[in-house]
Amino acid sequence: MEIGLFIVGLIAATLRVATPLIYGTLGELFSERSGVLNLGIEGTMFLGAFAGFAVAAKTGSLWLGLLGAIVAGVLAGLLMSLLSVRLGVNQHVSGLGITLLATGISLYLFRVIFGESNVPPAIEPFPMLQILPESNVLAPITNQYLLTYIGILIIPLVWWIIGKTRFGLKIRAVGENPEAADAAGLNVYALRTYALMIAGGLMAVGGAFLTLAQLGSFTFGIVAGRGWVCIALIIFANWQSVNVLWGALIFGGVQALQLRLQTLGFKLPYELFLSLPYVVTIIALTIAGRNASAPSALLKAYRRE
Amino acid sequence: MKKFRIERAPAPGWMRTLIPIIAIPVTFIITSIVIMLDGANPFTAYYHFLIAPLATKSSAIEVLVKSTPLLLTGAAVAFAFKGGYWNIGAEGQLYAGAIAATFVGTTLVNVPPILGIPAMIIGGFAGGLLWALPSALLKVKLGVDEVVTTLLMNSIVLNVTSYLLNGPWRNPVSMWPQSPEIDPGTVFPQLLPRTRLHFGIIVALAVILISWFVINRTSFGLKMRAIGLSKEGARFAGIKVDKTMLTVALVSGGIAGLAGAGEVAGIHFHLIDAISDGLGYSGIIIATLGGLHPFGVSLAALFIGLIDTGAQTVSRAMGLPIYLGDVVQSTLLLVTLGLFVLQNFRFRRVE
Repeated sequence: MEIGLFIVGLIAATLRVATPLIYGTLGELFSERSGVLNLGIEGTMFLGAFAGFAVAAKTGSLWLGLLGAIVAGVLAGLLMSLLSVRLGVNQHVSGLGITLLATGISLYLFRVIFGESNVPPAIEPFPMLQILPESNVLAPITNQYLLTYIGILIIPLVWWIIGKTRFGLKIRAVGENPEAADAAGLNVYALRTYALMIAGGLMAVGGAFLTLAQLGSFTFGIVAGRGWVCIALIIFANWQSVNVLWGALIFGGVQALQLRLQTLGFKLPYELFLSLPYVVTIIALTIAGRNASAPSALLKAYRRE
Repeated sequence: MKKFRIERAPAPGWMRTLIPIIAIPVTFIITSIVIMLDGANPFTAYYHFLIAPLATKSSAIEVLVKSTPLLLTGAAVAFAFKGGYWNIGAEGQLYAGAIAATFVGTTLVNVPPILGIPAMIIGGFAGGLLWALPSALLKVKLGVDEVVTTLLMNSIVLNVTSYLLNGPWRNPVSMWPQSPEIDPGTVFPQLLPRTRLHFGIIVALAVILISWFVINRTSFGLKMRAIGLSKEGARFAGIKVDKTMLTVALVSGGIAGLAGAGEVAGIHFHLIDAISDGLGYSGIIIATLGGLHPFGVSLAALFIGLIDTGAQTVSRAMGLPIYLGDVVQSTLLLVTLGLFVLQNFRFRRVE
């Protein structure tokens, strides 16, 4: 029974840890499939966490908070598009610039809005869904946040949009061969801009999950490299939406396991565990090497002659 | 009638120099909005930002203190970018240099400075170099994109640092998550009494001069610049692209490592989690602002050092959040990047 409870708790925690990663990675997937490596992800998630929290705290509505996060994320995507798509600026540097700006702006505005108090401001976060009664053994697994369920359901939706719709086909076309796509009459700039806007919105929801659901408060270390984990997961997932779920669950599972073992008093160098996804990704890249099926036009700015 | 036409052609050389200079006022106009959001006067804020830090001798020296690691991370990033290697990992290489320097400084006991200081420099360089090694090897041997691997190496070294400080290196006396103090013989000497200005800035300036010489006056520099312009072209010209790029990547890592060694040996005298707090990422801003030229990089590093110091002044004097400095820095980067597009166009008179 003891071990059963442990496993149930582990699965429940895994789903919670995986949720922001699912949103972030799906966002990055849109961006990269259209040919743009968006290193703005870390900052966009942070901005989403902040904007969601600030709007929710000021309006008293968590849903408006979520909307605010999405708007902020879409704006960050637009800025990324202006630089890396319209002006053709180097994607690494503009992406990192977005991360630095989004992080700086969030921290600055947080201090402007909430001042410098010793008691961090807090909101009443989203409740967990009560699908099974608390008495049920499996309740911790099923009784998750609505955003977790939405995140899992979005995966097949993204798979369908990218793989089966005309819009998805166009996104893939500009990501694989923008010259040919342009010759076929597609607007490369506009399509990449749409992809980056969707990407920004999804990343911001991933960040907002942390403030609006999981924690109910905003701390400066809240995103703590989750965006970079998403960059890693997308390679691990070989740019396929369905694999994103497995990647996020495996990472979430390792993280949840080390947290549980730690609370049980095992002395683990957990900091080294936290590095596992990065190490695994570098190894995965090494094995895949030149065969990694990244979109062909990734990192290449398109310039119409 | 004379008319001007805008056409797509490389702009004259002075345009490249002019761009960062135009970017500064544009940035300040944009960031005034953020300042006014807090109900403050942007002019007063910019006075405290840019002029006040230079008004007293002690704060002007503090600008140099803040610029010391920035000179090195900026030079490290610029060196790599110039050679066509997208090293995003200066932050991690700085940490690795700091860890290696701490190891040297806490292992040596009662050394004379004449041995201790060079040991710290070599240690810092070696640490940064080693941390840059996996990404560099993967790049040249297997063609693995260095952007992602150098970025991920940053996250890994943060965890390693945190592990060391909470585990084997935790200060046994205070139990704080910081390493024991380094040996006095390995401390970088102060350059001016009662200030934090230390020997590291001389190391930084020497690195800038050497990198200028290597890039512009040696055959190696010619090769790396050729690779930076076009890998295919360089390969066609018979340059050993892989070998040159490997060297560029490792030297860049080593330079970033020196920044970490300087922070340990000149400022903190032990290792802490927050030894950098983004100095490596600022290096990318500085390299871009400085047009990847060592002297441009030095000016940019001093300017970013001024902004870092100014953020503290403005925060003390007007109560504006200190993060204004980050906002100004990152806006400056994005504005400069946007304006660089100007160098693809030139005006031409048509009759």
